[in-house]
Amino acid sequence: MSKKYDAGVKEYRDTYWTPDYVPLDTDLLACFKCTGQEGVPKEEVAAAVAAESSTGTWSTVWSELLTDLDFYKGRCYRIEDVPGDKESFYAFIAYPLDLFEEGSITNVLTSLVGNVFGFKALRHLRLEDIRFPMAFIKTCPGPPNGICVERDRMNKYGRPLLGCTIKPKLGLSGKNYGRVVYECLRGGLDFTKDDENINSQPFQRWQNRFEFVAEAVQLAQEETGEKKGHYLNCTANTPEEMYERAEFAKELGQPIIMHDYITGGFTANTGLSKWCRKNGMLLHIHRAMHAVIDRHPKHGIHFRVLAKCLRLSGGDQLHTGTVVGKLEGDRQTTLGYIDQLRESFVPEDRSRGNFFDQDWGSMPGVFAVASGGIHVWHMPALVAIFGDDSVLQFGGGTHGHPWGSAAGAAANRVALEACVKARNAGREIEKEGRDILLEAAKHSPELAIALETWKEIKFEFDTVDKLDVQ
Amino acid sequence: MPFKSTVGDYQTVATLETFGFLPPFTQDEIYDQIAYIIAQGWSPLVEHVHPSRSMSTYWSYWKLPFFGEKDLGVIVSELEACHRAYPDHHVRLVGYDAYTQSQGSCFVVFEGR
Repeated sequence: MSKKYDAGVKEYRDTYWTPDYVPLDTDLLACFKCTGQEGVPKEEVAAAVAAESSTGTWSTVWSELLTDLDFYKGRCYRIEDVPGDKESFYAFIAYPLDLFEEGSITNVLTSLVGNVFGFKALRHLRLEDIRFPMAFIKTCPGPPNGICVERDRMNKYGRPLLGCTIKPKLGLSGKNYGRVVYECLRGGLDFTKDDENINSQPFQRWQNRFEFVAEAVQLAQEETGEKKGHYLNCTANTPEEMYERAEFAKELGQPIIMHDYITGGFTANTGLSKWCRKNGMLLHIHRAMHAVIDRHPKHGIHFRVLAKCLRLSGGDQLHTGTVVGKLEGDRQTTLGYIDQLRESFVPEDRSRGNFFDQDWGSMPGVFAVASGGIHVWHMPALVAIFGDDSVLQFGGGTHGHPWGSAAGAAANRVALEACVKARNAGREIEKEGRDILLEAAKHSPELAIALETWKEIKFEFDTVDKLDVQ
Repeated sequence: MPFKSTVGDYQTVATLETFGFLPPFTQDEIYDQIAYIIAQGWSPLVEHVHPSRSMSTYWSYWKLPFFGEKDLGVIVSELEACHRAYPDHHVRLVGYDAYTQSQGSCFVVFEGR
């Protein structure tokens, strides 16, 4: 039935608050934590979020009547209290699939976390979770290779992978940098990593770094008889330069490159990921800038959303925090989003912060990377928390060894394998961690010294962002 | 005072991937790992290769994967039989996971020379 044009300002809730709506399987669902300005009713705030992140604008406009806006609008279909928090509430919003371009994470985020975050009726707004419908997921490229292919390429089975970032993170010449790579890899690590800050600075241009690193990887591989790799950071100023670096890494026969997906942007990331699929290259993903977006408990985007977006945009490994190290991260929350990276179906589970059932269908999994302020004493907890489909990265915990990086690498490798062996034999490695490490150290002077070096270091601060549970 | 360095020299070792940095397993320790493979619902698989080809993707199967085998003793005797037939080869045990099409476990039980 045709409608009449009625100029003026309507309340958002008249159009966008639809508590009777039953979401469709094809809808994209979002959960926002909303904190409205005082005196604004919840329904009005929630409806405003739905409107501003979909079809609405502040005033009724005549041109709305040229289309069937009811078909396209986002709807708030449920409001829930936030446990233990009187001023905020959760708004659940359903968006019709046709609001989004196929396969474009950039487009989804531009809509969902665009203008609405600056909206005056809101004090704070946080995107807690998105349920991506299967119909959308099947249009996304996803990880270029995935966990299974990465294991096959690197010949690493039955344990977490072991890595380390090259330090000092800035200031080494290409040749010195390659030396540190070589030391780590010959000591028993599977991977080394460019620090995210390393792109192509005056002290070390990218081409020079790539050549020395390639030589180091090759040499370590020949001497140890194991497959090795170094994440060559291809993050660059322009897409053209990014692809140029990726091409050169391939030319040098390297197995893996790296990208910073938030500073680089989703468009660049998706492009590079597609290049990786086509060129048989693994892709490591760093997440610089994430804490700006995800750390505040009431404003921004939760990392589980950024993690889901990365799996859709593409990457074979993603940093997830360590739970136990120097960087922020609550254990249950972390387990919740590493499930989103690796599993084919993740059920709704508020105790892990997952607000929706999420079916990933045939999308390959992404390795969870734990990196930042971790050392050998953390190994039992890391293996227990992250399981085998992870990359554990010890930077200071490798290079800081009194004998140098190779011995530090060996210490970590011995500790890792001792924990995996003990776990498989049915031991409770978190409880018995100390005994397991000390037993292993009897056969490894490198590990014995590492255990002595880092025995006092702990990072026990409360997390800033906790799950909303009472 | 004579010079005494506290820094040790780390010598590169050639290793065979997972568990390559641990001392050789005792028989009991090998049983534990086989029991783990079986408990996970994976199929045990024995592979072998001449040490000169240890980095190649494909090692030779010993017979076929032991699909659905739950008897620890059977796996132990197959490992030993493979070792007897190819005494100079590396012999490894794989826990093959058909669900992920990957290897949930993989380590060398006998090192060839």
